[in-house]
Amino acid sequence: MGTPTLHFSPKDRYNAFLTTVEDAPYCEGPLSGRGVAVKDNISTAGIETTCGSLILKGYTPPYDAHVVDLLIRAGAAIVGKTNMDEFGMGSTTEQSAFGPTLNPRDPKRVPGGSSGGSAAAVAAGMVDFALGSDTGGSIRCPASYCGIVGLKPTYGRVSRYGLVAYSNSLEQIGPMARTVTDLSNLMVVISGYDPRDSTTCERPYRHKPHPSVKGSKVGIPEEFFGEGVDPRVASVVWDAISVLEEEGAEVITCSMPSMTYALAAYYVICTSEASSNLARFDGVRYGPPVETHLPWHEAYSERRRIGFGPEVRRRVMLGTFALSSGYYGKYYAKAQVARQMVSADFSRIFNEVDLIAGPTMPSTAFPLGEKTDPLAMYLTDILTVPANLAGVPAISVPCGEVEGMPVGLQIMGRPFEDEYVIDAAFTYEQGVAT
Amino acid sequence: MVNEREVEHIAHLADIGIEKGELEEFTSQFNAILDYFEVLDRIKTADREDPTLYNVFREDEVTPSLPQEAVLENTSQKEEGFFRAPRVM
Repeated sequence: MGTPTLHFSPKDRYNAFLTTVEDAPYCEGPLSGRGVAVKDNISTAGIETTCGSLILKGYTPPYDAHVVDLLIRAGAAIVGKTNMDEFGMGSTTEQSAFGPTLNPRDPKRVPGGSSGGSAAAVAAGMVDFALGSDTGGSIRCPASYCGIVGLKPTYGRVSRYGLVAYSNSLEQIGPMARTVTDLSNLMVVISGYDPRDSTTCERPYRHKPHPSVKGSKVGIPEEFFGEGVDPRVASVVWDAISVLEEEGAEVITCSMPSMTYALAAYYVICTSEASSNLARFDGVRYGPPVETHLPWHEAYSERRRIGFGPEVRRRVMLGTFALSSGYYGKYYAKAQVARQMVSADFSRIFNEVDLIAGPTMPSTAFPLGEKTDPLAMYLTDILTVPANLAGVPAISVPCGEVEGMPVGLQIMGRPFEDEYVIDAAFTYEQGVAT
Repeated sequence: MVNEREVEHIAHLADIGIEKGELEEFTSQFNAILDYFEVLDRIKTADREDPTLYNVFREDEVTPSLPQEAVLENTSQKEEGFFRAPRVM
């Protein structure tokens, strides 16, 4: 008797997948025979892993990421690799070298990013589960735009071993699904300590969601409803917050003054880390080969100019600049202080409340090709980056629509209280269903 | 604010490659972003390290690693078990 396989050949009208596995093997386990889509920056042994970049075209990892290893052991079938903004650098999946993913809710609109392929695959019903990664909102943004659930776990809860690094101090792998229950089941499998990632903690997630916000205090930072947030989105999110109130939560307004600095700090830190992480892509060990007969500087510069898209080159250059002598104190050192201010704001607020809620994104999904200015694109991340800077868990759960496009309710919690965040999202989901 | 010459220098430091025709656009985008980063200048630099950070140590023990063949699988440019790279001298 051979290994059982899951047949997978979806009509991928949204360019959600970069690679599919037609007959995906699986074993016995809690996820036995369930198909899982994996973002293309998570290493899969024997399955091409490009990070949405030409510089890794043809690269087949010789090992599995820890989370992939855990999924396989839990019986999941790895059915494919999903499209993404190149190396996770983008908020629309338009920065993929292999063409944009389309939003299943309206194919003329972006699915969000950078885990846009994973979100579209789940939203279109091609799979029930997907893995994404979230550096500054890359799970929650596409979850919000496509109308699914996505969690950025507490930093240290899920191993990053085998995740192609973009910004190590900010990013986490996390689950995406159509229901909170499915998302929770996936989180059970992927969480836990891994000696190969020294930033993981011995804090496995072993939880079944139950509706419980009675007596909880939910903080609403006024900055999350400030300038730049579409008032129609704000109104849908307020309605969602009132559902939590009906379920017994107490809503308290609060303030997060560090939001003034959060986005700038985020972009200084992530580009700085990226400039170092992406130095390894030089065409020597993987990807299309470097020209070995040219002087090395010229050879690498040319390889990387062709291999990286414009947004990746922009961010590597920004990071190189921010870390260069003479500017380090002005940018990187200040950004680290701002990061501590964000953490301090969260700590202070979490002394008063149990959860923080607001919109995931300032708007709904916009048309493909609409935002071409890099800074305008960065500004859409304003509500998601604080959770990454502070390492706290944050979920996006669908909470209504504006003109037919989904809106996400973002719920954040104290570090390592992912269970509580998931319970709150579950309460909302069930509260609306009844 | 940076000028085109400085952007070219940064590209050189980062080994990222830049063409003359790209300089104007990269420079103006760079300046818009750096202008946004100016907000950080209002922050006073901290005089202490982040107290929540600490090192994680482990014993320096030999553990199994990938076989050499697996590591070399993804390149077409190899020689006697090594990667072939551009000349540095």
